[in-house]
Amino acid sequence: MRGRMTMETIKLTIDNKQIEIEKGTTILSAARRMGIDIPTLCHMKLDDLNIENKPGGCRICVVEVQGRRNLSPACITRCDEGAVVRTHTPRVMNARRTVMEFILSDHPKDCLICPKSGNCELQDMAIRLGIREIPGQEIAEMSTYRKDTSPSIIRDLDKCIMCRRCEMMCNEVQTVGALSAVNRGFMAVVAPAFEQNLEYSPCTYCGQCVAVCPTGALTEVDHTGDVLRAIADPSKTVVVQTAPAVRAALGEEFGMKPGSLVTGKLVSALKELGFDYVFDTDFAADLTIMEEGTELLARLGKFLNGDEDANIPILTSCCPGWVNFFEHNFPDLKDVPSTAKSPQQMFGAIAKSYFAEKINVSRKDMVVVSIMPCLAKKYESQRPEFSVDGNPDVDFSISTRELAHFIKQANIDFNNLPDADFDRPLGESTGAGVIFGNTGGVIEAAVRTAYELYTGKKLSRLDFDELRGMEGVRQATIDFDGFPLNIGIAHGLGNARKLLDDVRAGRSKFHAIEVMACPGGCIGGGGQPLHHGDSSILKARARAIYEEDKNKPIRVSHENPYIINLYKEFLGEPNSEKAHHLLHTHYFDKKAKIIVKQ
Amino acid sequence: MHLLVCGGTSCRASESALIAESLKRELEEKGLGNEVQVIMTGCFGLCEKGPVVKVMPDNAFYVQVKPEDAAVIVAEHVIKGKPVQRLLYVNPSTGEHVRDPRQMGSYRKQIRIALRNCGSINPENVNEYIAREGYAAIGKCVAEYTAADVIDVIKKSGLRGRGGAGFPTGLKWEIASKNRADQKYVVCNADEGDPGAFMDRSVLEGDPHSVLEAMAICGYAIGATKGLIYIRAEYPLAIQRLKIAIGQARDYGLLGNNILGSDFSFDIDLRYGAGAFVCGEETALIHSMEGLRGEPTNKPPFPAESGFMGKPSNVNNVETFASVPVIINKGWEWFSSIGTEKSKGTKVFALAGKINNVGLIEVPMGITLREIIFEIGGGIKNGKKFKAVQTGGPSGGCLTEHHLDTPIDFDNLVAAGSMMGSGGMIVMDQDDCMVSIAKFFLEFTVEESCGKCAPCRIGNKRIYELLTHITKGNGTPADLDRLRNMCLVIKDTSLCGLGQTSPNPVLSTMDNFMDEYMAHVTEKRCPAGSCRDLMKYTIIEEKCVGCTACARGCPVNAISGERKEPHFIDQEKCIKCDACFERCKFGAVLIN
Amino acid sequence: MEKLKSIADLEKVRIETKAQLDMRATDGSPEAVVQVRVAMATCGIASGARPIMDFFIEELDKRGIGAVVTQTGCMGYCYAEPTVEVQLPGQDPVVYGFVDRKRADEIIEKYIRNGELVEGIIPVNYEKID
Repeated sequence: MRGRMTMETIKLTIDNKQIEIEKGTTILSAARRMGIDIPTLCHMKLDDLNIENKPGGCRICVVEVQGRRNLSPACITRCDEGAVVRTHTPRVMNARRTVMEFILSDHPKDCLICPKSGNCELQDMAIRLGIREIPGQEIAEMSTYRKDTSPSIIRDLDKCIMCRRCEMMCNEVQTVGALSAVNRGFMAVVAPAFEQNLEYSPCTYCGQCVAVCPTGALTEVDHTGDVLRAIADPSKTVVVQTAPAVRAALGEEFGMKPGSLVTGKLVSALKELGFDYVFDTDFAADLTIMEEGTELLARLGKFLNGDEDANIPILTSCCPGWVNFFEHNFPDLKDVPSTAKSPQQMFGAIAKSYFAEKINVSRKDMVVVSIMPCLAKKYESQRPEFSVDGNPDVDFSISTRELAHFIKQANIDFNNLPDADFDRPLGESTGAGVIFGNTGGVIEAAVRTAYELYTGKKLSRLDFDELRGMEGVRQATIDFDGFPLNIGIAHGLGNARKLLDDVRAGRSKFHAIEVMACPGGCIGGGGQPLHHGDSSILKARARAIYEEDKNKPIRVSHENPYIINLYKEFLGEPNSEKAHHLLHTHYFDKKAKIIVKQ
Repeated sequence: MHLLVCGGTSCRASESALIAESLKRELEEKGLGNEVQVIMTGCFGLCEKGPVVKVMPDNAFYVQVKPEDAAVIVAEHVIKGKPVQRLLYVNPSTGEHVRDPRQMGSYRKQIRIALRNCGSINPENVNEYIAREGYAAIGKCVAEYTAADVIDVIKKSGLRGRGGAGFPTGLKWEIASKNRADQKYVVCNADEGDPGAFMDRSVLEGDPHSVLEAMAICGYAIGATKGLIYIRAEYPLAIQRLKIAIGQARDYGLLGNNILGSDFSFDIDLRYGAGAFVCGEETALIHSMEGLRGEPTNKPPFPAESGFMGKPSNVNNVETFASVPVIINKGWEWFSSIGTEKSKGTKVFALAGKINNVGLIEVPMGITLREIIFEIGGGIKNGKKFKAVQTGGPSGGCLTEHHLDTPIDFDNLVAAGSMMGSGGMIVMDQDDCMVSIAKFFLEFTVEESCGKCAPCRIGNKRIYELLTHITKGNGTPADLDRLRNMCLVIKDTSLCGLGQTSPNPVLSTMDNFMDEYMAHVTEKRCPAGSCRDLMKYTIIEEKCVGCTACARGCPVNAISGERKEPHFIDQEKCIKCDACFERCKFGAVLIN
Repeated sequence: MEKLKSIADLEKVRIETKAQLDMRATDGSPEAVVQVRVAMATCGIASGARPIMDFFIEELDKRGIGAVVTQTGCMGYCYAEPTVEVQLPGQDPVVYGFVDRKRADEIIEKYIRNGELVEGIIPVNYEKID
């Protein structure tokens, strides 16, 4: 379409420079294209994901447009033909500064101990605008709110600047609807309905609100202290697992360019921190493929035999945000997702049984820590069904960001660490396990294994490009030796909702659907280093994940020798009774858990 | 025969009661006490020429009557039937004494167009509306006019939006008519929110059909078949009467399919608002109707392009709509003959504050503030001195004595630093502190800001705090510069009309009453004597007899002194409750 | 109610209603009747218009005076609520303000029965457009 249409262009002047630009462009993007960086605060745009937050609320980006009575917000004002725009007149600079002083006058000044210090967009703006004092602060009342701590997320709304990014993420992108603006005027703030705690809201803990929050208003619950105490306890054997997406992003926290793979340094750092065993969640991802792939083939077999209870399509279940989402929103479909636990929980279950037995450590003396790109993993690890006699399979889940802080606290020179290898047996993984970190990766890994098991043939190519990409909803048909397997992929819960609505209405044509709660998949998770609205970072991480896959000697899960061994020594067959007991779960109707109480 | 003596406050002040007495006495003396009654009436709205006496049923109108004129009125007019020439009203345009009020020229300052049926018809009886040309305008439109004709008439009439900004109504309709869409909407903004303003409520309660008819006319003009009235839920009576009116109009087929046998179909539903002031802003109003948070969004796009449910929508306020049917019936020429060059027709004002005749008035554009306040309004209460008048509600500004003779229209008010707004008009007298007045309006905007944009959400709060600081005597001259800068930035950067105008009350009072602000920050004194924190109660030693009444009445034991000795007020303890002042029989308590 | 299917239908209603209203106001006509209109907007009701309206309805009936008592909208005299307009056949309407029971009784006894004006008249100070 675009190719055929001749784009209508207009000419305008910004800061005395002429530019010709497509009609409909905002002043902000026109200026940026000319190298004029108009400061913004509430605005955020993830180009490749079609996500944009532009309430025009902060008014930091105001500019002077000749002929207009008031200053105009550059982020939402479209360029007009012949417009004369000036971005740094005294009037503009005074207005920007005064508005910034307003915002800061209602913001705590405890930067020293704020979890976002050094990574805060408001702090950056205060520095950029050279704010040194807030006139009238001594008589300025601050808006304060009750602090809310949920299993995954802390809301400290005294620090909310009403940029509404979290609200946009929660409502428009994720369609979760846990957060929206409440109250009016000075007390206006973003919160669950009736200013309830997040715990009683439909929140899925996907953490996308945290991922976009420019200030310290939304942050993760920090478990690094718990982990440090566990390591310090000589009676505990501390086992750590790291999720695939972590190695593709952690480097950013140490100044490396996005997309740097730091697997070896990550393992070194964890060993330096004092973990007794450093394992890989990718191992559990391979295990997931064995269980979920087998389940897929079983259901598919029933389906092809005309069994009406075949439960097709099968939905992936590795993503805890997604699991929370369907438990809240589609409890009627709770039999449709795969019963396979997520890799994090499979790992915990195997570590505290198979591995604990192997090294002769009792369950209660073993502490399993997970490093995750995700905040929902914190909640998942605390689900009661994932514990034995009150002892959780995974004791603590910490995010990529928390790990980075932990490494910095321990004065480890990350950038100069030598590469190290994961421990065995739970550290060996295949390329299939790695790609779990990207949207489409779980289903690609499943297809690699399911194809070979179903057809008994070796795949000639392992890269399924048709399953990759950043489109919100994707579909592909894979030829399973004559049987066309229809696959749907959604990332972002809003996109998942579209596919689920079809399933509920009985009009879904898919046999298998992969859902990841976060845009981009785990690489864009709520626990990852902050992208600050730069979607090229997400793309670089995705590339790094596929690169890691390519470099792996084994790229299909069922060929992982340690997985083969695990079944031989311990589990028997995939989907065996023991496997079911340890590696599968069931889901709950959580609609009623959303409590509205006054 | 009746002699009506104006008992309005202003005429009473110039001895109208004495006139009535004298007339009664004269009549008694002449033995006419039973045949001719002297009646005190309410205000004639001619205070400038008061006291006024009217003779009924002759309708003779005497002005500037003095008590000693009673004899001649009785002797000449009552007994001989000869009007007293010298006391008759003089028509200002002809200079002649006239006896019939119908020849008195524009003595009646008010013309009721939007309020034409209010207080005359039974609003719950559609037939009474029809009897007064009701629904004739929509009939005329569907039978004789094309949509373009209707827009042309409204454009030529010069009607401008009565909701505040005064955008030309015909032009607005034209823009909406040109946007093509499968569905368009006519929206009536009945979210009247200015403090003290109630003209829209009065129209809806008194003449709901006029609004329904006008919305149908608008629908015909822009090509919409659906109308929505966004009305605040705090207006239950207006809602009830609207529901009755919509029901009756539907029964008659004046709403619904094929109105009056034409191809035109139009129907109206109600949408309730929770009463947020910001929902009077059209984009916020539309979001509220859609079930979203009542918050404005940037314009463009304007509702005419993308409004309710993303469809082209035309939003007008109640008073604007109420003026439409008459324009169609009587013609644009008639309407545009009333008013000033750029502001045609009339405007309804809710007159309030320190004024004698608090009420709802409708006046032609171009009338002066003086005429409104001192004639229609009957002047300032208790004979106090006029100080300022606030127009345009919280978005408007304060006008002073200098503006009293400025003809009121959209543009002149803006030029004078205020605005028409929806028509609130609050009169202030010498006892009103202008800093406090500004603070009062800011308190309202702080409450009513939606909180979406930073300057309005936080900035208004900061202005309010600084004004409070100043009224407590803690301000400095430097604070005034900061105050002005904050005001200008909020105006310049806020997202919607609410924030863009919220500092107006501060700016206009600073412009017109800078001396009062200066007195607060330099001398720590409130010239109007209204800022309690700046008041100081002291006892004048020479006048105090030591009766102890004040000390006994002081609720915080701030007053000390021996019996029969002068007393003393401890300023630290004094809460300025005024109890000592009220109790002192010797005038020894001084307030400054 | 019959649907009005044309402008002629509308005109018919207009003429009939107007004739009926005019007859009420015409002295000597068989339908001549005293008309009492009570300003019953929110503000009027808030200042006590409803019991005053009830008073007129009951008392006029009790005292055998043929009258039509109706509600109407705001007359604009907020300072003088409740306000009541009384129109005797063949005469211009007179508006009374500050109408309490005592004044209402006076209006019935003096003005409606005998045509004697009573205190509380509010001179109409606006131009009508018809």
